[in-house]
Amino acid sequence: MITGIGLSQIALYFLVLLLCVKPLGWYMARVYEGKACGLDRLCHPLEKLIYRLCNLRSPQEMNWKQYLSAMLIFNLFGVLAVYLIQRLQIHLPWNPQAFPNVAPDLAFNTAASFVTNTNWQAYGGESSLGYATQMLALTVQNFLSAATGLALVIALIRGLVQHETSHLGNFWVDTVRSTLYILLPLSLVLALILSSQGLIQNFKPYPKISLLTPLRYVQAKTDAAGQTLQDAKGNPLMETIQSGTQELPMGPVASQIAIKQLGTNGGGFFNTNSAYPYENPTPLSNFLEMLAILLLPAALCYTFGMMANDKRQGWALLLTMFLLFLPFMSVALVLEQKGNPALAAMGIDSVAEAATYPGGNMEGKETRFGIINSALWAAATTATSNGSVNAMHDSFTPLAGLVPLWLMHLGEVVFGGIGSGLYGMLMLVILTVFVAGLMVGRTPEYLGKKIEPYEMKMAAVAVLLMPMIVLLLTGLASVSPLGTHSIANPGTHGFSEILYAFTSMGNNNGSAFAGLNANTPFYNLVGGLEMLLLRFWIAIATLALAGSLVRKKRIPSSSGTLTTHTPLFIILLLSVTLIIGALTFFPVLALGPIVEQLMLWGHYGY
Amino acid sequence: MIAETRKQIKIALKLLVVFTFLTGFVYPLVVTGLAQLLFPWQANGSILKVNDKAIGSRFIGQAFTDPKYFWGRPSATTPFPYNAASSSGSNLGPSNPDFLSAVQGRVKDLQNANPQAPDAKRIPVDLVTASGSGLDPEISPRAAYYQVPRVAKARAQSEEQIRALVASFIQARTFGILGEPRVNILELNLALDHLPVHH
Repeated sequence: MITGIGLSQIALYFLVLLLCVKPLGWYMARVYEGKACGLDRLCHPLEKLIYRLCNLRSPQEMNWKQYLSAMLIFNLFGVLAVYLIQRLQIHLPWNPQAFPNVAPDLAFNTAASFVTNTNWQAYGGESSLGYATQMLALTVQNFLSAATGLALVIALIRGLVQHETSHLGNFWVDTVRSTLYILLPLSLVLALILSSQGLIQNFKPYPKISLLTPLRYVQAKTDAAGQTLQDAKGNPLMETIQSGTQELPMGPVASQIAIKQLGTNGGGFFNTNSAYPYENPTPLSNFLEMLAILLLPAALCYTFGMMANDKRQGWALLLTMFLLFLPFMSVALVLEQKGNPALAAMGIDSVAEAATYPGGNMEGKETRFGIINSALWAAATTATSNGSVNAMHDSFTPLAGLVPLWLMHLGEVVFGGIGSGLYGMLMLVILTVFVAGLMVGRTPEYLGKKIEPYEMKMAAVAVLLMPMIVLLLTGLASVSPLGTHSIANPGTHGFSEILYAFTSMGNNNGSAFAGLNANTPFYNLVGGLEMLLLRFWIAIATLALAGSLVRKKRIPSSSGTLTTHTPLFIILLLSVTLIIGALTFFPVLALGPIVEQLMLWGHYGY
Repeated sequence: MIAETRKQIKIALKLLVVFTFLTGFVYPLVVTGLAQLLFPWQANGSILKVNDKAIGSRFIGQAFTDPKYFWGRPSATTPFPYNAASSSGSNLGPSNPDFLSAVQGRVKDLQNANPQAPDAKRIPVDLVTASGSGLDPEISPRAAYYQVPRVAKARAQSEEQIRALVASFIQARTFGILGEPRVNILELNLALDHLPVHH
């Protein structure tokens, strides 16, 4: 059973999150409307300076095509920059461990991953990336991919709110303001608080400390070229090694982790991401990082309400997101706390005791987080497109592992990625008003804008491509040795690993069933293309939709207008989201986690 | 159209350079400067020292197998446990036969090593499952108490003494609510050896 103190941690989390929504949402709306927001005196001169450096002295309003091409060009250069920095890292300063250049396929995957706000990790940070790569490539894209997401959603909101014009704002201005006024100040504050908790922040080489007791271990013998030596029978030769030291990785971690969480990026400095103690050392650092995951996506709903001059619209979307989040989160919590029936059969105690013992399924989890903070994190990081992990999802009990999968399958609209979550949700809103319009036989409209076939086509295109690509690639990888060679766990769980990989990359999430060996040319290349295709395809549809909506007249609401902030509408929106996202993937989920859970229960009892 | 695109390319390149400088260089440097100024011990890895010699980090676990020390969580890092330069969980699925036989083996080893453990039938789950990072520095209080008779016997001390020491090393939840109560293995073992630790 979940303890009372466990429940109060969850309640506290939501309380603090909700308290932040209004002030932060208000602040962001002021920033994008170009009004005084409090940080002007600090940020305005810097903003002016950037415009001057970039020849942007009088930024022009852009139509949707100009906005789109600016966004695509900017991101294309981002991909190139991240790729080149990794390919040249041995020549860059701040590489005290002298890590060699990253292989081309892995460098491409990581470049696509960070520019698309996915932050899928086929690399192991502490064993392959120098500090310059972490900072100049990864930290920068953590900011810029988040700023791009913010710019896109603001353009869509302007499309809904403004009328009889073609102007959606200026992409450069929106990106600069997102970074300077929102992402940088928040990251700076969070990074400092986190470093007080024990996140490291330095440029030192990895020190070697001497262990209290020396360590003996057995490993395969290798020759000078690193090839495993074999005896006459072809078995690898083993040798026993005694080591009295431990090498501790170092680096500028706190600065990257702050923006990694705030920008719903999720790519870790270290291989095991936020489970690594230097990325997330204490319960307080965990709480703040988890808060940062949902903070901006949730607050954006309020920003939307403010910019649309109807705050009820924003609250309605936020409520819909909460209603989707709570049941998913609860399933993960209850099942992880219940633990693995196979372990209970061995006499392992799975019952939690508030004062002394976490209980539950602790495989892949850290003691300081226990079950509650691991399951809550798993739900939060996959509801948003964050994808950082503080526990290994691959080792979750099957149905609890289904929760992150299914949350991604909904299309990352439950809070979702920074910006992308809200524009994904607005696509579903448009489908919903259309479905509702058909039911009562009226022309559907949203915020006074008529929804016509063109808008429907764009919304459908945005919503339907993801399931198609994810299912197609999962199918292909499951029948090809290229895909199945990477599997770590046998049986249905191995299938879940492949499904999770393409789901995570396709939805720009980045978390993984990490047993799967993703650093192969096949997964690197196919996954890299999948991330780029789905991120920008949906962005193109979003801007096209914004461009069409912004030209329309506003029609005053009448008695026939379907109000879009009522419980009735929220129920309709929930249904459409669940039907599209959940039912599309139900068959494939039945083949993976569902059948695995049934087999566990069948064998060991409930 | 082409002139427009060319203009955008120029802006995009300049903006990327400016932001790379600002967010990839200035920002991490400012954070480094402030963190080194305000929290130097934490920013440099929370290193524990004995007689001016670094013997570990407060946050990075170490492998203990000697009966006279408390043992931590199993670690899945390669090629040796608690390899901080290559963190990893086991990533074994809950129904994987390899996982189940590994846990079974750990249960047996643990029971053999702790014949007088209190509640020997109720194995603490954290002592037989690998942590997420492979570097977990802590175990639950129950898992520490489980090992008290073994440590006491190996050190020829009374169980009460050792148990009192464990109790004094239990870290409560932050603000009484966040996280889980836990015991830092390295700090506890250093205290067993009466080593004077300083930061």
